[in-house]
Amino acid sequence: MSKIGIPRTLAYFVYYPFWKAFFEELGHEVVLSSPTCRAILDDGVKEAVNDACIPIKIYHGHVLDLVGKVDWIFCPRLVSVRKHGDFNTETFCPKFLGLPDMIRQAIDKLPKLLDVRVDLKKGKDELFQVFSQVGKQLGNGVDEIKRAFPIAVKAQKNYCKLLSREILPHVALEMLEQNCKQIPQETEHDLKIAVVGYPYALYDAYINAGLLKILEKEGVKVFTQDMLSDKTLDRQARSLPKSMFWYFSNRAVYGGLHFMKQKDIDGIIHVTAFACGPDSMVDRMLEIECRRHNSTPYLSITVDEHTGEAGVRTRIEAFLDMLRYRRDRDEN
Amino acid sequence: MKISFPHMGHSHIAFKWLVENLGHECIVPPEPSKKTLDLGVRYSPEFACIPFKMLMGTYLEVAEQGAEVILTSGGCGPCRAGYYWVMHQYLLEEMGQDLKVIAFEPPLCDIKDFWKKLRWIRKTGGVSWKHFAQVMKITWEKIKAIDDVEIYSHEIRPYEIKKGDTTRALTRALDDLDKAEKIDQIMEARNAGIRRLDEVLCDKLRNPLKIGIIGEIYVVLEPAANHYLQIMLGEMGVQTHRSIYLSGYTRESAITNGGDAIYQIARPYLDEVCIGGHGVNSIGETILYSQHGFDGVVQLAPFSCIPEIVAKSIIPSVSRDFNIPVLTLFIDEQTGKAGVQTRLEAFVDLLEMRRQSNEKATRLVV
Ligand code: SF4
Ligand code: SF4
Repeated sequence: MSKIGIPRTLAYFVYYPFWKAFFEELGHEVVLSSPTCRAILDDGVKEAVNDACIPIKIYHGHVLDLVGKVDWIFCPRLVSVRKHGDFNTETFCPKFLGLPDMIRQAIDKLPKLLDVRVDLKKGKDELFQVFSQVGKQLGNGVDEIKRAFPIAVKAQKNYCKLLSREILPHVALEMLEQNCKQIPQETEHDLKIAVVGYPYALYDAYINAGLLKILEKEGVKVFTQDMLSDKTLDRQARSLPKSMFWYFSNRAVYGGLHFMKQKDIDGIIHVTAFACGPDSMVDRMLEIECRRHNSTPYLSITVDEHTGEAGVRTRIEAFLDMLRYRRDRDEN
Repeated sequence: MKISFPHMGHSHIAFKWLVENLGHECIVPPEPSKKTLDLGVRYSPEFACIPFKMLMGTYLEVAEQGAEVILTSGGCGPCRAGYYWVMHQYLLEEMGQDLKVIAFEPPLCDIKDFWKKLRWIRKTGGVSWKHFAQVMKITWEKIKAIDDVEIYSHEIRPYEIKKGDTTRALTRALDDLDKAEKIDQIMEARNAGIRRLDEVLCDKLRNPLKIGIIGEIYVVLEPAANHYLQIMLGEMGVQTHRSIYLSGYTRESAITNGGDAIYQIARPYLDEVCIGGHGVNSIGETILYSQHGFDGVVQLAPFSCIPEIVAKSIIPSVSRDFNIPVLTLFIDEQTGKAGVQTRLEAFVDLLEMRRQSNEKATRLVV
């Protein structure tokens, strides 16, 4: 039995239920790094190359948080998760592609890295192959892996089901963690806003200074791209001259495009990471598309190491005021 | 049709010839200047990489001169470059510019689309396929000849006695190539150009330092983007060799999609063949330069360039293992020529010192 560390950021927000179920079924212990906090951020900033974006720096911090506590760190190299995009070119941001290499270079006394290459566009069976490799590296036998795999798939399905019931991923993860079946009560709201962006920027309350909480408190019901089915999202690809190359960016763009066509959505917020390469395109494109779609109100919030709650709150309040004003004006 | 294209080093000489001989009018893109950059910065997203902004500026400049179509390259990712044209088109439309951006995706990705676009250019220009093929061939020869004289100029420059002689000889050679119309004329102009460079008064006793230039294609290929770094180094008495030339680039990236050898070399450090841009190449080439006895390497990258950031994070160990100093220059709109010069001078001093102490060390061994 090994202790497997999982950094609580990046793909964690999307695939954690699968990973956890798989490792635990194989008889290992899963150790999560602490939720992002000042110390993790500072460590990350110190260890990572200084030109990296904030999410990658934070990932370094999370890895450091696990050093000394675990036998392995699970750091898959995400290359593709499906066949998609023009000429099937969809992949991940280059920083995801080089992630295990960057971590190896940057961090001393690193535990062993579980760094399989995940390239699912190769075929249907690939996911199983990938996790067979993972299991074997951990010393598990084929039979054990064959038993654990479907259980992990099921755990992931359950997670997706929660998301499709308009539960936010970080809330859903919490529910799974505490084995809670009760669907949380919907809070009172008078506005509906779609917040799109990378999962690791949206659901990590530290990075974005509690943006989702602020919205909720202000009487907003939040939708994100992760509540939509792949089918709904991918339908939007048709309205673009060319899909982007990055899985998470495509999801954010498609999500934005979908929501701006929904009549009951009052506005769109895009959360973007400071100095994020792909986002320089995503952000401007969403802005332009929003204008072309009936001038849907659009707010872009950039997060970086200095994002403070006050700043985010002010911008959100101004945005909400504008939305409410617009609505009242239209109703009269 | 009034056609233009991105400015990259001296390649416009060949592309102008191409466009005109396909029966179109060519709007030759001006060399990127302060004005280009200002325009580009004003109308681009803040965090777009510098090549994006420079191209944006160029497009606006040629639009002003009446260009109707831009021909450029596409790409299959994973880097942003392959998505440039989509974004540029969006932005141009937003500005109300009537300029169409046509991008050639690598033929390996989508051969149909590639042919469709070629046919469109040929038809609207009113030339036959036979003529078309002939023109393509001559263009290719021009590109190679341009690269040949430029490569040679970087070898000669550190020896020149009178500063600027090499650059003047190169300019004249390029002018001749510009005028050449047939393959034999191109060959002649190329050979004359090499001769011209040979005639530059040189001090052959010098033993110049050798520096390899690696990094992202646009800032490596466009001297206006890198503050004429190779000329600057040459005039400091350094011989430079760069890994990317258009003739090499189009051969590898667009036609065979190859470059496997370089990936193999980089593998111990970066186990992923395709991180976009020239990230993997940068690592592999650092190793190659070290093995070929170069004194140092300069990595050129646009600020916030993702693949080069990944490369940069890995290069320190490569540099240590292969005992070769690497200077990384990230370029953005605030980078000034003086800043680049100072950093290069310091780097060159460091290399000089290393060389001297190495020589002492070897003498000790003897
Ligand atoms: S997509 Fe942006 S934020 Fe995410 S890793 Fe890449 S550069 Fe960083
Ligand atoms: S390689 Fe670098 S400069 Fe080129 S598109 Fe990619 S991020 Fe931008």
